[in-house]
Amino acid sequence: MTLAARNLDFGFPGRRVGSGIDLAFPAGEVVCLLGPNGSGKTTLMRTLLGLVPALAGDVTLDGRPLADWPARLRAARLAYVPQAAESHFDFSVLEMVEMGRTAHRGVFGVPDAADRAMAAACLERLHIAPLAERPIHRVSGGERQLALIARAMATQAAHVLMDEPTANLDFGNQALILDEAARLRESGKAILFSTHHPDHALRIADRVVMLRGGRILAAGPAGEVLNSENLSALYGRPVEVAEVVLAGGSRRRTCVAREAPDRLT
Amino acid sequence: MMLPRSRFPLALAGVVAALAILVAWSFTVGRFAVAPSDVVRALWASLFGGESGLARNVEAVVLQVRAPRVAAALAVGAALAAAGAAYQNLFRNPLVSPDILGVAAGCALGAGIAVLASLPIAAIQAFAFVGGLIAVGLVVAIGTWIGGRDPILTLVLTGVVVGSAFGAGIALVKYVADPYNQLPAITFWLLGSFTGALPRDLPATLIPIALSVAVLWLLRWRIDVLALSEDEARSLGVDVRRLRLVVIVAATLATASAVSLAGTIGWVGLLVPHAARLVTGAAFARVLPLSLAIGAAFMLAVDTACRTLFATELPPGVVTAFIGTPAFVVLLAAAFRRSA
Repeated sequence: MTLAARNLDFGFPGRRVGSGIDLAFPAGEVVCLLGPNGSGKTTLMRTLLGLVPALAGDVTLDGRPLADWPARLRAARLAYVPQAAESHFDFSVLEMVEMGRTAHRGVFGVPDAADRAMAAACLERLHIAPLAERPIHRVSGGERQLALIARAMATQAAHVLMDEPTANLDFGNQALILDEAARLRESGKAILFSTHHPDHALRIADRVVMLRGGRILAAGPAGEVLNSENLSALYGRPVEVAEVVLAGGSRRRTCVAREAPDRLT
Repeated sequence: MMLPRSRFPLALAGVVAALAILVAWSFTVGRFAVAPSDVVRALWASLFGGESGLARNVEAVVLQVRAPRVAAALAVGAALAAAGAAYQNLFRNPLVSPDILGVAAGCALGAGIAVLASLPIAAIQAFAFVGGLIAVGLVVAIGTWIGGRDPILTLVLTGVVVGSAFGAGIALVKYVADPYNQLPAITFWLLGSFTGALPRDLPATLIPIALSVAVLWLLRWRIDVLALSEDEARSLGVDVRRLRLVVIVAATLATASAVSLAGTIGWVGLLVPHAARLVTGAAFARVLPLSLAIGAAFMLAVDTACRTLFATELPPGVVTAFIGTPAFVVLLAAAFRRSA
């Protein structure tokens, strides 16, 4: 049973951002959402999270319209990993992760020993347990992003929706986040991962959805959809997917932006 | 270095000990010095019955003059600090407080109108509460309408604007007030003062303050989640709208009670939660108790100093402003350097 969108129109009252979206997020797969700036990736993700109501069509969770789900039950099924932002509030890393347990506790609830243990275990899994008591703004951007992933794990939600989790991170931290997203898939989660880097999709995606101008340009298994033609159409620039041979002989596909024709001499 | 989490019990114990010393000091000093043992005997007799064996006037000073004043200072300091801590999480903004948001001015206008109409204390409270709710509602509405890229600055400026509009209303109230009876009372009270704390008025203010603090305490973990972005809070399963409304009502009720008791005393609500967070991190379950204790201690220290340092009493609101304004500049600079 999964999260799915059928013939979905999304946006805000009076401003339609996208339309005609059909999507499904099967367990144990990473779906990468690619699209240029302003293509509607974030609004689509917020709609799939139930933060913005669908304009038409529907989003269903376990076959039931998302809008009919009580907020807490929905939160226990769908986890959100936002881009790590600066905050003026110095929660410790552990306290930040404990907040993932909110949906499992009542309005007057506070985290108990079990919640604390689960949060600590999530930190352990992401190898950031030593940071538990550090203030969240005194860890690196990559570590903060890992803490938010740990929080999503602490919700125990079957679906994890990540909004450009690699943005604003250095090269090494981007690779780290990609590895952890791939590991999360192995635990059976359904993952939606939006990114500006086709290479990230080439690296971890099982399926790819290309969004342009609020419509699906192409969608399908990563191996089929991630090709030079589709990527060039998606970004409006010549893009080539090339194969590189790594040390040891393994082959990997990577994406290169080519010079636009009018710039060629 | 000690962890913020483990610093909390020590810090709370330290502040509570300081608070106890301050209370003892405040009872004994003043125009009429009372020996500490006499204070204990008077309080003991009044709480548990029996004869204190003290002179009438000594007993009167302790029970009728000092006790209500000490209680009022403690309650007002605690209430303003708790309200400030709640507003700061609520607006995800470390630079707001009852006075900066214009809530205190709204409460003061409401209370001023009630004073003008010679209404009883309960009505003054109710008017203050409604005035405060209108002010915070306006700040939220205008802030949302303006939007903008820097929500912290937008909210602070909106609070200034709303506060000055209500300030004009207060000026109007003073203008039409009876210059012999009402005007001095209103002016005095607006400066912030505990001289008017009467024993019979105390329950009417202490009960709403206790009630709001209890609500904030029960919601302490949810209030942490409010400090995250709205999308995050909602995706974690929090009904952000309803929770905000409850927290606004509780914080505004505490502010209104404090204002109707002691006028507008600024800066406590801004600075005290900052001090608490600095010591113990952002978790509201630690910030709230520590803010209550620091707020109460700070307010009592200021008020006691105000009535004993010079021959004439200083208004405590003036003293907190002298301390608060430079501290605000420092916090403002820190906040902007951090978001830059």
